Amino acid sequence: MTLSTDNLGFGYHGKPVGRGVSIEIRSGEVLCLLGPNGGGKTTLMKTLLGLLAPLEGAVRLDGEDVSTWSRKRVARVVGYVPQAHAAFFPFNVIDIVLMGRSAHIGLFAAPSRHDRAVAERALGMLGIEHLKERIYTEISGGERQLVLIARALAQEPRILVMDEPTSALDFGNQVRVLRQIAALARSGIAVVFSTHDPDHVFLCGDRVALLHGGRLEEIGPPETVITPDALKRIYGVEVQVVDLPDQETRTCVPEVHGLRRRREG
Amino acid sequence: MSASGLARLGLPSLLLVLLFVAAFAIGKFPVPPHDLLAVLWAKLFGGESGVPQAVETVIWQIRLPRIVAAVLVGAALAASGATYQGLFRNPLVSPDILGVAAGSGLGAVLGIFLSLPVAAVQIIAFLGGLGAVVIVYGIGAAMRGRDPVLVLVLAGVAMGTLLGAAISLVKVFADPYNQLPAITFWLLGSLTSVTLPDLRGVLPAVLVGLVPLYLLRWRMNLMSLGDEEARALGAETRVLRILFVGAATLMTSAAVSISGIIGWIGLIIPHVARLIAGPEFSRLLPVAMLLGAGYLLAVDTLARTMAAIEVPIGILTAFIGAPFFLWLLATARRGWQ
Repeated sequence: MTLSTDNLGFGYHGKPVGRGVSIEIRSGEVLCLLGPNGGGKTTLMKTLLGLLAPLEGAVRLDGEDVSTWSRKRVARVVGYVPQAHAAFFPFNVIDIVLMGRSAHIGLFAAPSRHDRAVAERALGMLGIEHLKERIYTEISGGERQLVLIARALAQEPRILVMDEPTSALDFGNQVRVLRQIAALARSGIAVVFSTHDPDHVFLCGDRVALLHGGRLEEIGPPETVITPDALKRIYGVEVQVVDLPDQETRTCVPEVHGLRRRREG
Repeated sequence: MSASGLARLGLPSLLLVLLFVAAFAIGKFPVPPHDLLAVLWAKLFGGESGVPQAVETVIWQIRLPRIVAAVLVGAALAASGATYQGLFRNPLVSPDILGVAAGSGLGAVLGIFLSLPVAAVQIIAFLGGLGAVVIVYGIGAAMRGRDPVLVLVLAGVAMGTLLGAAISLVKVFADPYNQLPAITFWLLGSLTSVTLPDLRGVLPAVLVGLVPLYLLRWRMNLMSLGDEEARALGAETRVLRILFVGAATLMTSAAVSISGIIGWIGLIIPHVARLIAGPEFSRLLPVAMLLGAGYLLAVDTLARTMAAIEVPIGILTAFIGAPFFLWLLATARRGWQ
């Protein structure tokens, strides 16, 4: 399965946010969207999901224009993980995850035993079976994010679009989610996720797209795209990109000068 | 049905049955439970009830229509309240949020002003409620590109105010001796004059409204996640929203057309039901309807027996509802976030 865009222009009802974005994502690949606040990451994702109509160009799944598809057909292929939010009503966690099954359930039907099994398996994959009967509004922000990922997995999608899946999480849960993303990609799912942390791109991104001012600045492997120059250009701060010995990854460290007071013995 | 399902539905059902029997037994002409049982038995299985004709008349002509109306109106208001609250993701929403009550009110007030027969007043009230919502929905659809739910609610508030002003205008011109008391009484809500033919008109409308709510009961949960998430999960929210709004409006308009404007039931009963059954709509809907039916039956029984004259129901539901709502607001942990 391939998700592609060709010279995509996107925005809200005639108010353009970005344009000229051409990307292609294949099964088993992790594409990261990196860019400053207001760079158009969320709007682009909503357009990829078909929630916003493209202003120019089209979003294609295996070459077919998605805008002609029913919501149900899209939802069977593309799963969405929104940023963790407070729900309005105190649903049980399992009820939230079951809602991921709606594209597989008849219009007038309720979830079946099979749907329940799929939902419970999704909770299990993320290691949060114990939250099953808890109330969604009473668990932590990080746990909510994991529940929303479980809901998207219950959708059994081929492509997963995640809007800053790690931003609400503590350090341990960030690592767990990144591992999960890598595992999902190994199982053949294409993952698109946005992040504010270039280290996460190095950890599990196959490719990264730099989105700045609604334009696709660069797209390619993290090692070639994420450079001190590129980070300086889009974030306006001095950063060093450092190889970590014994680990096949790199990390970004801001220039210490002006950040830290000198500690003297 | 599971054990928890029985517990959830059993208690409200039992309460409703007890209230039903009590409503016959309380009043200026009390019908004791054994007389009621004898008359019902005779009606169902034939034979003589052995109860004086006067008692039979009270049961069939006076008490029963009113009790059935209370049950029907209470259930309808609670069901549409639960629907609107889920749909608009706002626990402060009530069935009249889209101008239903104000639209029906204007229709009824105009009907009374023009000295139309009662049946015609009910029909105009019904059409007024539907008409108000159609206009509000039209405004919402015309303002594209904004949060559709927010636009609907705000347009509903504006429409309600506008219709309220129109009602006041009609009241100014109404005959203060003949028409104004009738108008006031209608606007405060009452089941005093409900007859069996009235019920025959309203029951189908309530049932027609209930069908989509029942069939789409699980989909309703998606709507309460918000438009974007629901669509990402595969729901055609525009169609579903029209169906839910249409069904809830039909039920509210039908109820209001015979009872007048009864506030607060559609607002607080869904909250109480959510405390018992949780927010999952297929579990919430039946509990809300049972509680709404029981509550209005209790309030109506109080309204016709507490004083020498009938007290309008709307006054009682507000006196009970508002403090209860504040208590709920202060204490309920599982209501909403």
